[in-house]
Amino acid sequence: MKDILKIADREINNRLFVGTGKFSSYKLMQEVLESCDIDIVTVALRRVDLESKTENILSYIPKKCTVMTNTSGARNADEAVRIARLAQASGAGNWIKIEVIKDNKYLLPDNFETLKAVEILAKEGFIVLPYISPDISMAKRMIEAGACAVMPLGSPIGSNRGLKTKELVRIMIEEIDAPVIVDAGLGRPSDACECMELGCAAVLINTAIAVAKNPVQLAQAFNKGVESGRLAFLSGVPAIVGHARASSPLTGFLRQ
Amino acid sequence: MMFIKINGVKQEIEDKFNLAELIRIKGLSCNQIVVEHNQRILAKEAWREITLNENDTLEIVSFVGGG
Repeated sequence: MKDILKIADREINNRLFVGTGKFSSYKLMQEVLESCDIDIVTVALRRVDLESKTENILSYIPKKCTVMTNTSGARNADEAVRIARLAQASGAGNWIKIEVIKDNKYLLPDNFETLKAVEILAKEGFIVLPYISPDISMAKRMIEAGACAVMPLGSPIGSNRGLKTKELVRIMIEEIDAPVIVDAGLGRPSDACECMELGCAAVLINTAIAVAKNPVQLAQAFNKGVESGRLAFLSGVPAIVGHARASSPLTGFLRQ
Repeated sequence: MMFIKINGVKQEIEDKFNLAELIRIKGLSCNQIVVEHNQRILAKEAWREITLNENDTLEIVSFVGGG
């Protein structure tokens, strides 16, 4: 079955997007990306440490991957726009995950500043995917402003708490005519499966995979979770009902 | 000698230093970095043409792992 997710002009086969932070080595990250045939990865941009030599992460990312720069570290729209332009100048392409955060405790995104960045960057031709708190009105505004998808959080970044925003994400999937990608907080393959069953277009996982005892194996498990959930969604999962419905025939009992 | 700021840190360099030369002596790999000079992003081809002046600011960034 051909089941392609299309964002901008990119045809995406694998609906598991992977963040590249926190891996113990770039080599290990590369193994994860290759073994799971990942299509979309995120990276961040930081000041170079002039005192120590660092490797180029991009040389460890398979050529088939689309690299999406995360504007993490941005505290307002202007900073996010600046990071996006720097990323583009580096030749890494024009896919941007807009992440604007002021709250250091829960790392929850500032939807208002994020929207402002979407407006500017989409006009400049960037492919923008905003990371948001799951607010339906803001999500609609972001799509109107040119976002190619919205990425609501499942729970706080790196918390592994799963899809705590389920009801809001469900509404978003129903009401928004663009891909909804759950990003942040998913800790287990079953969390990813739950998102996909619900109708998410993709999920983005970083911490859970990167800090696992065996990242390659856990990434493969996430891959299966995503595939399984997607297949279930496409199959039309039956509705929950409040009472029992026998699965065996209700005729031909011995007592009759 | 003069002072410039690189990635937020004040540094003393020779007067009228060339940016491409500065990047070379810092041992930075051209393919790996992006340079912003006084808040203006520079194409790699432009580095050679930039002469640094007192109180200039440089931001030199590169990609790292991130979610």
